[in-house]
Amino acid sequence: MNTIATEKIAAGARQTGAEGQFDSSSGAKKIGDVILDVQNISLRFGGVKALTDISFNVREHEIRSIIGPNGAGKSSMLNCINGVYTPQEGSITFRGQTFSHMNSRQVAEMGVARTFQNLALFKGMSVIDNIMTGRNLKIRSNLLLQALRWGPAEREEIAHREFVEHIIDFLEIQAHRKTPVGQLPYGLQKRVDLGRALAMEPQVLLLDEPMAGMNVEEKQDMSRFILDVNDEFGTTIVLIEHDMGVVMDISDRVVVLDYGKKIGDGTPDEVRGNEDVIRAYLGTSH
Amino acid sequence: MGFFLETLFGGLMTGMLYALVALGFVLIFKASGVFNFAQGAMVLFAALAMARFSEWIPGWLGMAPGVLSVLLAIVVSILIMVGVAWLIERLALRHLVNQEPITLLMATLGIAYLLDGFGPMIFGSAVYSINVGMPKDPVFILEGMFEGGVLVSLEDFYAAGIAAALVAALTVFFQFTKTGRALRAVADDHQAAQSIGIPLARMWVIVWSVAGVVALVVGIIWGSKLGVQYSLSLVALKALPVVILGGLTSLPGAIIGGLIIGVGEKLSEVYLGPMIGGGIENWFAYGLALALLLVRPQGLFGEKIIDRV
Repeated sequence: MNTIATEKIAAGARQTGAEGQFDSSSGAKKIGDVILDVQNISLRFGGVKALTDISFNVREHEIRSIIGPNGAGKSSMLNCINGVYTPQEGSITFRGQTFSHMNSRQVAEMGVARTFQNLALFKGMSVIDNIMTGRNLKIRSNLLLQALRWGPAEREEIAHREFVEHIIDFLEIQAHRKTPVGQLPYGLQKRVDLGRALAMEPQVLLLDEPMAGMNVEEKQDMSRFILDVNDEFGTTIVLIEHDMGVVMDISDRVVVLDYGKKIGDGTPDEVRGNEDVIRAYLGTSH
Repeated sequence: MGFFLETLFGGLMTGMLYALVALGFVLIFKASGVFNFAQGAMVLFAALAMARFSEWIPGWLGMAPGVLSVLLAIVVSILIMVGVAWLIERLALRHLVNQEPITLLMATLGIAYLLDGFGPMIFGSAVYSINVGMPKDPVFILEGMFEGGVLVSLEDFYAAGIAAALVAALTVFFQFTKTGRALRAVADDHQAAQSIGIPLARMWVIVWSVAGVVALVVGIIWGSKLGVQYSLSLVALKALPVVILGGLTSLPGAIIGGLIIGVGEKLSEVYLGPMIGGGIENWFAYGLALALLLVRPQGLFGEKIIDRV
């Protein structure tokens, strides 16, 4: 399936003239330089310290997981990277540019996409329209031409639509393309959420508990999609997930948070053996 | 037969005007998921601006009132409505991102009262007239087919044409452009819209500006029929049953809902009225909307949204 999907999407990308990672065909996975560097981030809500002095980095093409018990600050961390929250201290370096806080629009333009822990889809819109919204930043033609479906605007719309069709094929939701997403089962809604993020052709994909509430089969499907995206498009993935089996299986490196502090960082094996991590998950015996 | 057609035409024209008002509600609802209580106030505000500027501009520029001064007044009024939209975003909506719809609803209620107060303060509170040169004479049509023909008001006829054109343009805008798609996205989920790079602030200014321009069109048409005064802001009440009937999220629904109510009102008044004592026109629309709510809560053309719990 892997190679076929790659060829299809690469072919689609060539036709649409879309540039980006979809051009390159897959090879052996190579982890590159640091693409995202989080330095000494602290975030407070009034007296509540959500994050204290967190630093970690993400390398290009890797799958980097953030784990930790409930309330550890995982989603807050993602929201800082995504520009939803503004941390009081620290900075974030993305592709060599350093920011003290990010702004959602800017983050999207720089090629960071995300999915949501609690689905945040456009419920009244069809699957196609939902995924098309992910192309919005890339549509360049003039409003009037778009309205008239005329000339270059029409060609552009068709090219983007084609790109979206490739994503729909890739996520195996062809049968549902015209269905309003509110009517889809939960597992498929999660896929649409991923599809919308993929439509942005992100360099970094932030996934906030993509497998929460799924059954085993749905989890397997989702893990396969994540691995495929990472493998074939070389997309860097930052993953928050509670299912330890999945995290340990697919991650290259793992950060562990507890009560807003970093207590572990390393490969799955290193993290598994870390005393602090075991204590955070299992509790201590006094 | 001639009399029936005359009633029918009358109903269709009135219905088109209701539809025009309903359009303003649907626009804001489609794009922000908020029922905009301020729509009526915006109509009054726009009409006041239009009435006063078409009076002032000839004086300022020393020109005779005519087509040019009317056009200038329209342009100035559009700019004012865009300014109002910008202020609304800046002062109210911006601070309410990611809040519950009910919070935004209360905000629009506040905006309604502010506009109701500021309008007369700036533009004066007397009864003004708007004259954009729409023909006021009734004409007879189909004279060959019926004895005496069918009497229609040319003014209503033009108004209906303008309304139809406006709906067509807005439908195309929402369905075919990326801004339209972004607006629909913002209505569904603020956070998700932000994450894909849709600038909320700009979207809101756009949609409130468009709603402001629609309010201006409504204000000009109704204002030239009824005169510009406080009661103009109450035409919004006429649109509520239309919106319920057509569905809050459907632009064509607003038109069809408007037509159904316009025609239903007139026909029931004329044909049922004598039997049960008349006055049906006043409550017919609400009765119809209520009955429909029992069967199709999302309206005739509204999106059916299923929430999984």
